[in-house]
Amino acid sequence: MRVMSQVAMVMTLDKCIGCHTCSVTCKQAWTNRAGTEYVWFNNVETRPGQGYPRRYEDQDRWKGGWELNKRGNLKLKSGGRLKKLAQLFASPVQPELKDYYEPWTYDYENLVNAPASDDFPVARPKSLITGKDTKIEWSANWDDDLGGATEMGHLDPVVEKLRKDANDRIKFEFEQTFMFYLPRLCEHCLNPSCMASCPSGAIYKRTEDGIVLVDQDRCRGWRQCITGCPYKKIYYNHKSGKAEKCTFCYPRIEVGIPTVCAETCVGRMRYIGIFLYDADKVTQAAATPNEQDLYEAQLDLMLDPNDPEVIEAARRDGIPEDWLDAARKSPVYALAKTLRVALPLHPEYRTMPMVWYVPPLSPIVDLLKEQGHDGEDPENLFGAIESLRIPVEYLAELFTAGDTELITDVLRKLAAMRAYMRDITLGDEPDESIAEAVGMTGAQIKQMYRLMAIAKYDERYVIPAAHVEDAHNLEEIGCSLDVDGGPGMGQTGVFGEASGRPAPVAVENFAALKARQRGEDPTGNDQLAGRVNLLNWDGNGTPSGLFPARIGQGSEAGEDAASLAATSSNPGSRPDQGTAGADGAR
Amino acid sequence: MNVIDILLWGVLPYVVMLTLVGGLIWRYKYDQFGWTTRSSQLYESRLLRIASPLFHFGILAVLAGHIMGLVIPKSWTEAVGMSEHAYHFLALSIGSVAGVGTLVGLVLLIVRRRLTGPVFMATTNNDKFMYVMLVGALLAGLATTVLSVFDPSTVDYRETVSPWFRSLWILQPDVGAMAAASTSFHVHVLWGMALFAVWPFTRLVHAFTAPLHYLFRPYIVYRSRGDSPRAGSVDIRRGWEPIGTQDRAGSRRRTRPPREHSGSTRAK
Repeated sequence: MRVMSQVAMVMTLDKCIGCHTCSVTCKQAWTNRAGTEYVWFNNVETRPGQGYPRRYEDQDRWKGGWELNKRGNLKLKSGGRLKKLAQLFASPVQPELKDYYEPWTYDYENLVNAPASDDFPVARPKSLITGKDTKIEWSANWDDDLGGATEMGHLDPVVEKLRKDANDRIKFEFEQTFMFYLPRLCEHCLNPSCMASCPSGAIYKRTEDGIVLVDQDRCRGWRQCITGCPYKKIYYNHKSGKAEKCTFCYPRIEVGIPTVCAETCVGRMRYIGIFLYDADKVTQAAATPNEQDLYEAQLDLMLDPNDPEVIEAARRDGIPEDWLDAARKSPVYALAKTLRVALPLHPEYRTMPMVWYVPPLSPIVDLLKEQGHDGEDPENLFGAIESLRIPVEYLAELFTAGDTELITDVLRKLAAMRAYMRDITLGDEPDESIAEAVGMTGAQIKQMYRLMAIAKYDERYVIPAAHVEDAHNLEEIGCSLDVDGGPGMGQTGVFGEASGRPAPVAVENFAALKARQRGEDPTGNDQLAGRVNLLNWDGNGTPSGLFPARIGQGSEAGEDAASLAATSSNPGSRPDQGTAGADGAR
Repeated sequence: MNVIDILLWGVLPYVVMLTLVGGLIWRYKYDQFGWTTRSSQLYESRLLRIASPLFHFGILAVLAGHIMGLVIPKSWTEAVGMSEHAYHFLALSIGSVAGVGTLVGLVLLIVRRRLTGPVFMATTNNDKFMYVMLVGALLAGLATTVLSVFDPSTVDYRETVSPWFRSLWILQPDVGAMAAASTSFHVHVLWGMALFAVWPFTRLVHAFTAPLHYLFRPYIVYRSRGDSPRAGSVDIRRGWEPIGTQDRAGSRRRTRPPREHSGSTRAK
């Protein structure tokens, strides 16, 4: 056994409202550069739908992920090493820009500069690739909210498969009957096929936290990884000629704060925590013969952080105590392994993905409600899960390689939680038989409810910071004085303002965000030691030092009033230039 | 043997070699991020899928032909009983097929580059310069081939260019041999040397990182966070850690003793 830790994410799909905030914030943070216009490290898909890039799940065409060869060994679906090298000069199954979409902007300038005429000036769409006029025909979420499903719904590879299995009996009624959102990002797989496809060996998995990254210096643009990834979550930057992918916001994770997509999630549907896993058994688990057993095999890799044997092995393998502690409190471990409600996306790709999903019960509840039934009654819900085969089969194709029994079990657990907790909310005795019907105890249901419904920031994100001994290895070199409340915090050294080494931006952001998320004062004034970081200030409150104090207010009023008087007597300077430093430029 | 000959065939080759090797080292050290194929397959792939393999496999064949013609002395092929005529027939037939294939591939690539809007947009001046150098060297090479067939006055390159080429590597350049070669060879060799001199400074560098080690490395690459180089320094990295995810676990089922190897993870 070789214990390694993996930062992982769980998304509870019932809570996704499809607002795309995660995608937008991620794009602003990571892919708002030339060459990555079409790239969305995080995107939200409406299912049923084709997804982004179009029909990426059709592995007969795209050849992503792994398959087993005749001897039962793992083999890249797109071919072995020699075949890959032979195809190096023109990758046969790489998606083109039209499979993603042609990014565009609008000619806004024309609105202002157009000469006077009888017609209103228009802002024409311009391609960001050619710079010429373009026709907008597709985007990363063109089929949002089932847009065009009646015409294009059959192009969803999962729908296609289900229809084939059902001999075309399924007509398009089911697009009208259920819909849910599926936010997707890089899965940070345990057995990544992008990595295996990379001829240069530029893609690597970090031993400390399992984050999969592309070494931009070693990537040579052979673009085999794009074919290799079955989720199509690694992209080619057409300006730099290098592959880029979701970084799991590693600079944030390293200082213990969640990814941007999770931080900004409106529905609070994302959970981040760590798994301990047995690195020696990964390949063996990924080579499990039956696709439907891959889920169990993947769960078996996840080690119990309370098991003394695991703890001993983890210590031997150099996992720090605070990481072990975090593993015990990990919300992702609880949802995936203890409660067994989180499932991997497309386990049949054999990549052992580390972003897990709690499948949505809402399609079923919505249906019941539409039909005038009580959507929280356990009898109704359990009955509906059994009888509404199409949503269940669809979810099974996504999360369990088609095993409907497993997905039914999970949905029944979610249904049981609703029914069980309703009794408590209404002040009735909880009905333990509901919990027993799904093989759980009342306490477990309450734990699940706590985690899924009311978990606070600290419970949703249990992220141990990169270890102190490793500080010198961090992207930005930390200062040894940067202990909580120490002189290094807030960028003030022992010789007063701005002395000492500058604090790394990540540390400063961390301090500010921590203060905002956890402190009493939403502006985090006390932690910021009177300093204002305009990059962090979101308009929330009035951090001290940002505005001059009103005259006659507070203890500093005398000094401030004097300085205000000084500025107002000088018409050349503006009074809003701040009072942060006593020796401010005046 | 005049001064110009000495400069061209005795000095210039070493200048080119220094530029090539020095340029490659410099670029490898300071421009890893720029070291890429700059593939344009994302924009267009239908034509590329014909043209690019045609060009690349063609140029690899051309390279093999050059190595054969320049490195293997005439006496060796004669020793194994290959007649002058047979050798030239073989070299010419295979050589012209490879050369024409490369040229067709290259022309297709250039046409594609010009006619596909996004690809043309992504073409830098450096790229255009590189294409001129490539096409020039290729045309000059093909011209020598054609001339050597139809122009009886052409001197056999295996008695002029090849001995000169081999003599370069023992640091005793046989300037006289090269000076005696026909003009067409002079042009081709000069153009070739110019191509090698600019090689490190164009996208052609990707050829020097042809990923042959892919055949030997493990599929799953683990790397410690601590391995990442600090700004301004280049660390020597092996590139992966031997962690127990064997590619063929199904048949091998190897279990290693824990913690015996050196590729450990955390700070020591």
